[in-house]
Amino acid sequence: MTVAVEIERVIKRFDEVEALVGISARIESGRLTGLVGPDGAGKTTLMRMLAALMHPSEGSIRVAGCDITREAAAVHKLTGYMPQRFGLYEDLSVMENLQLYAGLRGVDKSSRAETLEKMLRFTGLGPFTKRLAGALSGGMKQKLGLACALMARPQVLLLDEPGVGVDPVSRQDLWAMVQELTSEGMAVIWSTSYLDEAERCEDVLLLDAGQLKFAGQPADLTRRLQGRSFLVGNIDGDRRSFLTEALDLDLVRDGVIQGACVRLVLAKGADRTPLETLVRRHHASLDSVAPRFEDAFIDLLGGGPGGRSPLAERMDAIVSDRSTMVECHDLSKKFGDFTATDKVNFAVQKGEILGLLGPNGAGKSTTFKMLCGLLKPSAGRAEVLGLDLRHSPSAAKLQLGYMAQKFSLYGLLSVRQNLVFFSGIYGLSGKQRRERVKEMIKVFELKPYLDVSPDTLPLGFKQRLALACSLMHRPPVLFLDEPTSGVDPITRREFWTHITGLVGKGMTVMVSTHFMEEAEYCDRVALINRGQLIALDTPDRLKASVASADLPEPTMEQAFIRLIEDQNQQAELEGQAA
Amino acid sequence: MFERLVATIIKELVVFWRDPKSRTMILVMPIVQVFIFAFAATLEVKNVDVALLDHDQGRWSHEFVARVGSASFVKELVAVKNLTELGDMIVARDVLLGIHILPEFSRNVSAGSGAAVQILIDGRRANAGQITFAYLNAIAAELGAEVSMRSTAGSVLPQARVRHWFNPNLEFIWFIVPSLAATLGMMMPLMMTSLSIARERELGTYDQMLVSPLAPVEIIAGKIIPALLAGIFISTIIALLAVYGFSVPYAGNPLWFFASMVVFVLSVAGIGLTISSFCYTQQQAILGTFFCIVPILLISGFVTPVDNMPDWLQVVAEGSPLKHFLIIVQGSFLKSMSAAQIWRNTWPMILIGVVTLSTATIVVRQNMH
Repeated sequence: MTVAVEIERVIKRFDEVEALVGISARIESGRLTGLVGPDGAGKTTLMRMLAALMHPSEGSIRVAGCDITREAAAVHKLTGYMPQRFGLYEDLSVMENLQLYAGLRGVDKSSRAETLEKMLRFTGLGPFTKRLAGALSGGMKQKLGLACALMARPQVLLLDEPGVGVDPVSRQDLWAMVQELTSEGMAVIWSTSYLDEAERCEDVLLLDAGQLKFAGQPADLTRRLQGRSFLVGNIDGDRRSFLTEALDLDLVRDGVIQGACVRLVLAKGADRTPLETLVRRHHASLDSVAPRFEDAFIDLLGGGPGGRSPLAERMDAIVSDRSTMVECHDLSKKFGDFTATDKVNFAVQKGEILGLLGPNGAGKSTTFKMLCGLLKPSAGRAEVLGLDLRHSPSAAKLQLGYMAQKFSLYGLLSVRQNLVFFSGIYGLSGKQRRERVKEMIKVFELKPYLDVSPDTLPLGFKQRLALACSLMHRPPVLFLDEPTSGVDPITRREFWTHITGLVGKGMTVMVSTHFMEEAEYCDRVALINRGQLIALDTPDRLKASVASADLPEPTMEQAFIRLIEDQNQQAELEGQAA
Repeated sequence: MFERLVATIIKELVVFWRDPKSRTMILVMPIVQVFIFAFAATLEVKNVDVALLDHDQGRWSHEFVARVGSASFVKELVAVKNLTELGDMIVARDVLLGIHILPEFSRNVSAGSGAAVQILIDGRRANAGQITFAYLNAIAAELGAEVSMRSTAGSVLPQARVRHWFNPNLEFIWFIVPSLAATLGMMMPLMMTSLSIARERELGTYDQMLVSPLAPVEIIAGKIIPALLAGIFISTIIALLAVYGFSVPYAGNPLWFFASMVVFVLSVAGIGLTISSFCYTQQQAILGTFFCIVPILLISGFVTPVDNMPDWLQVVAEGSPLKHFLIIVQGSFLKSMSAAQIWRNTWPMILIGVVTLSTATIVVRQNMH
């Protein structure tokens, strides 16, 4: 096994701030290495240095035998780099993008046609050569980006968070592609904040606050947690309040909702009596389960955040006579000849979390947008608290809060001005407005940041601010559009603590997501494919529905992929029959 | 409803103010432009060298040459011996133009049978040449008038002179500075509005506005009013600067002038917002704005008189709010334009505003379909 990358005592400073603090590591050829860590850990900094786009302040890095400081040009030739937002030209077609990168990478004229042909076959983009890159789905964009990065026939391939915004089906394709590359002897470095991805890597480098916390095979890290992961099932009462209580216990290091169960990680060698008491009180079962990489990751970083949401505790319980909060009847949307959403029906009950899942471009976002009033349906209707979004948009919109994936905050306004603005457009005024703003500042501990731009906030605070802005008018219904896409597990747990707390107060939540762990938090999951609602059930029942002899305990992701593939096959058969 | 609108207006103004680029644009650009236009980019022609070939050497040719020689725009009058020499001087850029007086000039003048002077202009310097030619024409016309007066009235020599009304000395600054109140008052709200929706779309904050209870009309109003304030601010400052800084006489009714200014800025903001409602990135919005600004400026009469344009273009010019407002500006500053005349140029701007603002509102609403 040859060494592809050698990192020797690397320190990187940005004006006094140390982004990387003395890192040494080796990355081998022919293996897939995951670069894992929470937001701000230094992943992107290290990636950019490996691509010779940045020099270390101290120490040295050798990539494929070349020093990145002195032989940057050679490193550029030997590496392929796919940044988070790969530089695809959105106004050029798939083929034009490929040709452009082939030209930039100096691919021989004689072998160019052959190389392009190979790339199209490899990525499965063959049928879409004429489509504009801007019109591709998230997953196809990443495949095209990968193809462009591979033009140089690199020895080292650097992928910076390639899985963000990509649905499980496309992500599975990406994995297969990368595995093919490593088997040919390429070193692939895949940076991610998704720990299920990290778990599938052959090696991982785990960064936290600029330090290398772990290097080696993920299983080695996971093994340390043996006997500390538990699944609590058959909970009598609300599993969310059980989780809150469990997280209050000192011995519980981490906890998440997993369908109808709660998954807990306990401290090393702790006395389990308090937990056993709690479990007994809820007439629940406590079973030891195999640890996951994520358990080990959170444990290594000092445990997850607490289970109490100061926000939810300040909120009054939502009083409403209605039991159905969000409803859609035969909801349809056509763009020209293309039916994006086809007669979708469902209803969301008060205090329920409903997850909307589906592959990229399958109609999930269109459906979600119609439900919160961003798009007008072509047929059918969407109602929030019985108010039709078409006939009384302002009244209906006053009942909903909305938080987008990109945290749509105004970077040119200060944190305080953002709060004041959003309270204003929801019609708050006078004393009430001042009090709500003050309350949010207090609950989310925003005081030290009041006069700075949200752009400069740490990710966790940005998320808090976005949530604060969407909740000041006390909406009974909250819409979350891929709320934790690209967010590290710790920030994500903190976010869900707030959401589960709010649901405890009677709030209704609709969440669209690509992220299977988020789906586990939902009471019910609606799966959308080819514009149709193909499944609507609890996460556990969805998983059970695809269980078979060779897959007795499918994960949410496996269930997702299976259900989608089944429908695709069926649709193709019907197409052939017609 | 009122709270919501106020919140968006304040947001828009703060966003504009906290962006260093737009702050520079609103503070520095008008001042720089006023000074560039007022002092550097003059339309006047001064210090011209003229070659003279006088084959007549008679009484009237001497008279004409004397008047040209004493004219303020002429620096030096160089006598040449023949046409070749004259041509060489033009080629070498020693002179801007040459005057060639034919042998029968004085005789024809005295006979009243119409005399002509040949003027050869360096076509490479077409603009300055044209203006100087106009000056020379004026001198010739003056002379001609005197001659005809004398021949009809006998011995008396009445003084007939061309008089430019309202701007007797053709002071360039009197024309240009008030016009800047219109052109700069147009640029600012046009840029502000055309970028506004596109910027929010690009950054993703637009969706956040759409899911709020804000109605499309409120979104539009929230974008228009800040631009309106900025445009009126700039226009007023420049108008005041013209009166108090450059001592341009102001003869019109300030109230009517101000009212028409509000309408003008509103119609311009409407154009900007229409552009913005179609654009999904700021880059598209900037391109769209330039695509509109240049023709609007060119057909407005700021650069070339509308009367000189072909008929079809004059019809198109009616669609430019700048054309109408420039008439009001120049009318209000140098002559006392009546309320009726101001109204005649205001209602087309109202029409433009109504059309553009409705288009923008419809497109914003359509975007949700």
